Amino acid sequence: MMQDYEYMLKAYAEAGGAPEALKDSKIAHLVVHKNKVYGSHTVKGLVLEPRETETGVDIALLVQKGEKIEYPVHLCFGVLPDQGIQEIRITAKIEDGAGISLLAHCFFPNAVKVVHRMTADIEIGNNAFYEYNEVHYHGLSGGVEVVPKAKVKVGNGSYFKTNFSLIKGRVGVFDLDYEADIGENSILEMTTRIFGYAEDRIKIREAGRLLGRSSRGLLKSRVAVKDNAQSEIINELTASAPGARGHVDCVEIVQGNAQARAIPIVEVLNEFARVTHEAAIGRVDKKQVETLMARGLEEEKAIDLVISGMLK
Amino acid sequence: MLKIENLSLSLGGKQVLRGLNLKVEAGTIHAILGTNAAGKTSLAYTIMGCNGYIPQEGKIFFKGEDITSYPIHKRAQLGMTMAWQEPARFEGLKIEDYISVGIQDKDPNLVREALNYVLLEPKEYLKRVVDKNLSGGERKRIELAAVFAMRPLLAILDEPDSGIDVLALDYIVNLIKELKRRGTTVLLITHREEVAGIADKASLLCQGFIVKEGEAGEVGEYFKNKCLPCPVYNPEEKIENSMDQR
Repeated sequence: MMQDYEYMLKAYAEAGGAPEALKDSKIAHLVVHKNKVYGSHTVKGLVLEPRETETGVDIALLVQKGEKIEYPVHLCFGVLPDQGIQEIRITAKIEDGAGISLLAHCFFPNAVKVVHRMTADIEIGNNAFYEYNEVHYHGLSGGVEVVPKAKVKVGNGSYFKTNFSLIKGRVGVFDLDYEADIGENSILEMTTRIFGYAEDRIKIREAGRLLGRSSRGLLKSRVAVKDNAQSEIINELTASAPGARGHVDCVEIVQGNAQARAIPIVEVLNEFARVTHEAAIGRVDKKQVETLMARGLEEEKAIDLVISGMLK
Repeated sequence: MLKIENLSLSLGGKQVLRGLNLKVEAGTIHAILGTNAAGKTSLAYTIMGCNGYIPQEGKIFFKGEDITSYPIHKRAQLGMTMAWQEPARFEGLKIEDYISVGIQDKDPNLVREALNYVLLEPKEYLKRVVDKNLSGGERKRIELAAVFAMRPLLAILDEPDSGIDVLALDYIVNLIKELKRRGTTVLLITHREEVAGIADKASLLCQGFIVKEGEAGEVGEYFKNKCLPCPVYNPEEKIENSMDQR
């Protein structure tokens, strides 16, 4: 097991994680390999209870009333063998006046047939915050199926923010589905950045319901696909309270035989609410490429630079 | 440095450049003056080799080499670059990285120096992104800084003075002079004769033809007295004139 743990740390570092953070007593963490908890540490104000199941780990996370966790909590989920399944179920509750930032790294470096499912039920109280940054690192075979699902309820005067990034290695099959209900004067921000190639299949559904007065919402997607990869992005934003404001911002870059589809669904159910959307799908902007070529970059390198900037 | 022979360009069925000839001497600032739609930007794009700007006739020589069929990056690698009139914006690309693209040894001091020359404080701007959060004026300055840092043999500056407030014109003029002092030949495209006044030579472009060439002051005066009031080729002036007559 010690050897596996070392491998996990190595893969974690390769995925962009900070192994030294896992040794810092001020920083809470959780390390899970398949359905085994390899390490867990918590800090004052945070209850973090992982329970191993047959196919993964159930995690109960509670941030107690008024507690703002000072450092981002490091989560490390992985499957090192070429086959396996990992089902993570998170039940998170952020009490009134509390806040937490999580930094999750998920890695499947050798995957040939690996399934990673994450299901989260998140409840955020009033004047609270929950920020979730998730970075994936997949191997090059494309044999990964990643299915993250989340249902989120946000109280009043709070914010919920996610940043999802999958830009290293093959995507495989990716099917994300996040839904969030947003209360009065609260803020929703969901950002997804993915780079797919070969036969990768990407499906993203992000839905925000701006239910509270003066709530705010931003759904932002940045996807680049090439070769025979396909992507479909469904951004749904509904504003149903006075003063609610929302924006959907979707950019998909297509190269080669790749295919991309964007479906923005914007709905306004109150005359004092407003939702806007912008979507751009197609080749890399010609002017951007020519500008970089005029500095001496070959076309392919110029396109790579534009895409890598967009996915940062 | 740059020689253009009998260049003709048609875009969307419209003749934009008509058998144009131009010679730009090494180490000089050469201004291209002209009213709106005279063909100035099309000429710049054709020299740089932008997509869609393939001449139907004529040749472009750079340092004696026929570059008419070269792609943009090959022209740039020979020492030519361009500052766009309305520069592109790049999500996620930091200013320091953007300016570094054209610098061969990626010396960060050159990036800082270039920003200082366009009066943008490096500490404040290096880590910012070349995206829509920059104002139009800031973006133009960064474009000029990128050209400056590249140390090109030929810099095509497409209306570097447009979208810049009058008070900031001085630093643009100084930057162009400094480019020349460091050995860069400048092809300066403008419709302001006062900016063209810093040039050694100027060519006046009208309807795709070079109609006058010579000392910058002389061509500038001609442009001011004959072209700006011309109701045929300067519609904005035409409107203003008709308003005056009322």
